[in-house]
Amino acid sequence: MKQFLSFVRKEFLHVFRDRKTLLLLFGLPVAQILLFGFALTNEIKNTKIVVCDYAHDGASRAIIQKLEASAQFDLEEVLLSHEQIETSFKKGKVKLAIVFPPHFESDLQHLGKSKLQVIADASDPNTASTLTNYISSITRSYQQELGGVGDPYPMQIESQVRMIYNPELKGTTNFVPGVMALVLLLVCVLMTSVSIVREKESGTMEVLLVSPFHPLMVILSKAVPYLVVSIVNLAVILLLSVYLLGMPVKGSLLLIIGESILLIITALSLGLLISNVAASQQAAMLMSLMGMMLPTMLFTGFMFPLENMPLPLQLISNIIPSKWYYIIIKSVMIKGLGFSAIWKETLILFSMAILLLSISLARFKTRLA
Amino acid sequence: MRTLKYLLQKEYRQIFRNKIILRMIIAMPMIQLIILPLAADYEIKNINIAVVDQDRSSFSRELVNRITAAGYFRLQQYTHSYEEAFPLLESDKADLILEIPSRFEKDLVREGKQSLLLAVNAINGTKAMVGANYLNRIIQDYNTDIKVEWKTPAMGAKMIEIESVNWFNPHMKYAFFMVPGILVLLVTMISAYMCSMNIVREKEIGTIEQINVTPVKKQYFILGKLIPFWTIGVVLFSVGLFVIGRFVYGIVPLGNILALYAYLALFLIAVLGFGLLISTYSNTQQQAMSLAFFFVMIFLLMSGLFTSIDSMPTWARWVAYSNPVSYFIEVVRMVVLKGSGFGELGQHFLVMAGFAVGFNGWAVWNYRKVS
Repeated sequence: MKQFLSFVRKEFLHVFRDRKTLLLLFGLPVAQILLFGFALTNEIKNTKIVVCDYAHDGASRAIIQKLEASAQFDLEEVLLSHEQIETSFKKGKVKLAIVFPPHFESDLQHLGKSKLQVIADASDPNTASTLTNYISSITRSYQQELGGVGDPYPMQIESQVRMIYNPELKGTTNFVPGVMALVLLLVCVLMTSVSIVREKESGTMEVLLVSPFHPLMVILSKAVPYLVVSIVNLAVILLLSVYLLGMPVKGSLLLIIGESILLIITALSLGLLISNVAASQQAAMLMSLMGMMLPTMLFTGFMFPLENMPLPLQLISNIIPSKWYYIIIKSVMIKGLGFSAIWKETLILFSMAILLLSISLARFKTRLA
Repeated sequence: MRTLKYLLQKEYRQIFRNKIILRMIIAMPMIQLIILPLAADYEIKNINIAVVDQDRSSFSRELVNRITAAGYFRLQQYTHSYEEAFPLLESDKADLILEIPSRFEKDLVREGKQSLLLAVNAINGTKAMVGANYLNRIIQDYNTDIKVEWKTPAMGAKMIEIESVNWFNPHMKYAFFMVPGILVLLVTMISAYMCSMNIVREKEIGTIEQINVTPVKKQYFILGKLIPFWTIGVVLFSVGLFVIGRFVYGIVPLGNILALYAYLALFLIAVLGFGLLISTYSNTQQQAMSLAFFFVMIFLLMSGLFTSIDSMPTWARWVAYSNPVSYFIEVVRMVVLKGSGFGELGQHFLVMAGFAVGFNGWAVWNYRKVS
């Protein structure tokens, strides 16, 4: 035990001596949680649109005014002819064009019907269909204004919508738990995976292995400083997300911390495994950053709904630890559920940690090639 | 010039000698390019719905039939009370609860007005909005139909019909949008990581000293490092776009390929310059890596690939505008999907040239031949 402690002390010195890395270790999660917590949103706002108005009458002007007033649209330009639409799309920023045909208002008044053309830049299909929906709700409200007060058919079904857990529909509620999972996982994996390979690459591993200390302990003592650093990071991240980003903590704080430490341990074990497999720091980095960054981002489930993915990919998503952590954090922090609601996810995360740790310890070679 | 030739020879040999790394930098991005666009599907479908039907009339049943027939919703459970349905929302088994009050049909006919309650799990605000909107549309359509059924349509109704046209991606395939963007991210990651690590590695194992004592000029040394990774970037991009993009996803670039490659060339110079800059500020590979990780993560999430830049707060939009990746993603999408050419890209070229000169200039200025 005394030996172990002195090894841990050595590792701490290593970590704290390298000021630049240390600064990054603490600065990185903070900067990222702040940046992404405030900046990321799936809402669609301020979309640039162009209008081509052949009608120039009261109705077209009224609808254009409504468009200008809405938060979703940002009227970029009024075009004179149809031909200009393609050029403005090709220049990039404009996402939608609306064409009012000549006689728009008089058709509406006399024929009871008129057509409005909406051309969407569907290279982003999701935005395109959402924007088209916004336009149709704007014209519908205009229609209702025209229709006057008395509805000729008095059978109105209304719907009251209650947004549960996030009544203001803030983007942070969704993104903060996701970014927490991402940052905690990647930082831990990256740091541990590199630190052991580094000793291999610089030759000091030989020295450690010939010491009377048990080789497995050598490895474990490497993980301890990163565990401590990550717990400090976790505390900072939680404080920031509650006090600055306004995230609720509805459930037990202790449970959140416990589950987060479980994720950290899983990540450290994964880092150990990578460092056992990799021969050089470059290889370790490629595995932990190149190999993991995008998959973790996508399969955690905060960017794209997992249930939309094809079945094989849904199965892949099950082996991503951050997916389970994300579910847990959402349940505890936002929904305020207790342990009984998340024991399954916890069990999965726990088994992952045990499995990864035992594989990496079993694969650890005490002889270097 | 001859110095550069020998330096390049050395660098290429070092890259090709390490088969494990070589395989990783080629295979990993390509496998991800095949798999990940399938995962990035934002079309909102499969919304799980729980219905609390306290009315059990022909009206309420017809409404529920319409909702399930629409294709977006999967009926999860049909319950009698809200209390019974709420645990489903809590455990994510249902995304949405629709409550139909008792006497729904009777009151609608008698009093001409009735209201339904929708309770939506709004943690993911967008999904909640879209789901509620779909459901509202179905309810309104149903409303119109029963009105028409009960009364003959009155004269003088005014209708604005919307004719919507989808340009550039008429089949609305989300993969068309994601593949070019993900390809850009993968190429960026490989170039930035490899370049920043490579030079620091020479520092860490000490071989940089040997080069420093030779008469090799620092420009040549840096060029010798940049050119190999530049070619790897170009090869990766081409394979990704013309092999995987073409044969796996059926994407055929519409615009000017020459313009695309000119931009790629410039972009890679900028990104490699950035990698170089990181390497001049770090002494160990660990430092280089954490710096690269920090910035690449920002480049990724602020690139406009996953969330729209226009929707960000103003200060965040400025961060996104100072991110070279966001420009390249935009350019690739413009050229590949919309058919843009040199004419439309003038401003983009200018900005990227600025990045390239800025990063490389800074890096060369900061690079010291003495430690």
